[in-house]
Amino acid sequence: MTSTLALRMGGVSWQVRPRGVAVTLGGLALLALLMAMNMRIGDIRMSLAEVVRGTFDVTSAHNFVIMELRLPRALTGALVGAALALSGAIIQSIARNPLASPEILGVTTGASVAVVAGVVASGSLYGGAAGLLTTVGTPVLALLGGLAGASTVYALAWRRGLDGYRLVLVGIGVAAVFTNVKYWLLTVGDVNDTARAMVWISGSLNGRGWEHVVPVALALAVLVPLTLLGTRSLDALRFGDDTVTALGVRVDPARALMILAAVLLAAVATASAGPIAFVALAAPQIALRLTRCARPPLLSSAVVGAVLTSGADLLARTVFSPIELPVGVVTAVLGAPYLIHLIWRARK
Amino acid sequence: MRLQAVDVKLGYGDRTIVDGLDLGIEAGTVTTIIGPNGCGKSTLLRALGRLLKPQGGEVLLDGKRIDRTPTREVAKVLGVLPQAPTAPEGLTVADLVARGRHPHQTWYRQWSSDDEAAVGAALSMTGLADLAERPLDELSGGQRQRAWISMALAQGTDLLLLDEPTTFLDLAHQVEVLELVRHLHGAAGRTIVMVLHDLNLAARYTDRLVAMRDGRVVAAGEPHEVLTEELLRAVFELDAKVIADPVAGTPLVVPIGTHR
Repeated sequence: MTSTLALRMGGVSWQVRPRGVAVTLGGLALLALLMAMNMRIGDIRMSLAEVVRGTFDVTSAHNFVIMELRLPRALTGALVGAALALSGAIIQSIARNPLASPEILGVTTGASVAVVAGVVASGSLYGGAAGLLTTVGTPVLALLGGLAGASTVYALAWRRGLDGYRLVLVGIGVAAVFTNVKYWLLTVGDVNDTARAMVWISGSLNGRGWEHVVPVALALAVLVPLTLLGTRSLDALRFGDDTVTALGVRVDPARALMILAAVLLAAVATASAGPIAFVALAAPQIALRLTRCARPPLLSSAVVGAVLTSGADLLARTVFSPIELPVGVVTAVLGAPYLIHLIWRARK
Repeated sequence: MRLQAVDVKLGYGDRTIVDGLDLGIEAGTVTTIIGPNGCGKSTLLRALGRLLKPQGGEVLLDGKRIDRTPTREVAKVLGVLPQAPTAPEGLTVADLVARGRHPHQTWYRQWSSDDEAAVGAALSMTGLADLAERPLDELSGGQRQRAWISMALAQGTDLLLLDEPTTFLDLAHQVEVLELVRHLHGAAGRTIVMVLHDLNLAARYTDRLVAMRDGRVVAAGEPHEVLTEELLRAVFELDAKVIADPVAGTPLVVPIGTHR
């Protein structure tokens, strides 16, 4: 409690963690810089000054390119990263397990199966990448698949209540099945279709426009305040169920509501950019260490997730320039050693 | 009656453990439920604390159905310390005790001066003020149990249910915890219901004993009325002599068994 301050005024009192505030503000500054650096890249290379002018000055020559192409892409990256990280922070708090993530809830794997199935089933019919089906169909399929995947895991894990460990174990099993279904679909599909599907399932921010920004922004606008209201329930849910019930928390509804928020966040993020690996897993743990909180902090995790995704996208576009990698490849390459590190630590 | 079980049927899934049980807890008393393993005493305590929903019958708190009262309102009146509770790793004593304020907090009232005062009072009453910043895992068993009781105290309820608060403690620590319970009762007239295994300590520290077997209440009353040689045979299948405790005069159970 030494690391928290209480602000009191009349009957109102707030708890503030100076470290959490510092991490959040520092992260936002870094995020702005990374987004600006991302927006320099494209057919016309711009300086940072030109990017800033192009963003805020409507008379600038670059305004159109920035507003129509580069800003939506940068925003999609940041928002998707924030949504995934927030989802991960909620799930890790509830499962009381640093290895838990939306992948475990069946969201990302469910979305992948649905999109691959959609692409394989309809690809040759609609003549490839163009057409209404890919711009509207893919996100909708991803959202539905994500929700279906989560429902499957939830239904199988539910046994007169929800136990964190059981949820993780069932989730890993379901994810394995979904992954194999996905591979099977990829092998039976047309070569051209599966190539397109592969880009999506590795998680990409390429060609993302306002239509990808808006759903994630709306989801965050609704779900961030809701999850922040649930912060105290999350704090309490770290204890045993009997203890939490004794403290006057309706355990199952509270947990179900928070999981639903996590599933929606991850599903909407995945629908916009594909399953970007490891952000949901790593960002909450990084935020946890930076803020020295007892459990993954929600706001700081979201900011760290946005920074991670924007940073990874910058790497993806510059390391092998002019070739651009899907951002999910970079997060996977960075995230895999981190996952091994986590498992190593858990073994000890 | 502060707390009352009326014709309750309790169990888990298809397994019924308690069927048609009635029990009333009077205000300002310390009651201990005793009985052999598996007799349903912890199950009953969980139902009294609304941690377990009865399959039949009802539990009344101050005359009102506990399951129809918002659980948060119940938490302001009734504190429950579950059996062998677990806390997250690395949690400090102060953090644990502060958690007891949960029912009194909202998103706009997260840490009021009332909260701070209640936590401070609970820590000093359990003698843990000096250990407040220590991680829970570094404490001895007795200190840890006192920390949990302290959390229930910070909740500020005058009705406390304690499920085996002395399990896994050595005799000295058991006495320490029960002295604390007695003190809580004496200081503010709290109503306390416990489950205990040690019959002699139960007799020493309680106003009323409730003896259970196979999900039924076999006897209830003052310790000297309940702890008789016949009852020990009927409830525990134990041959024992009951003599007067040379210190307190309460019943003292001396098992017969084999001896040198």
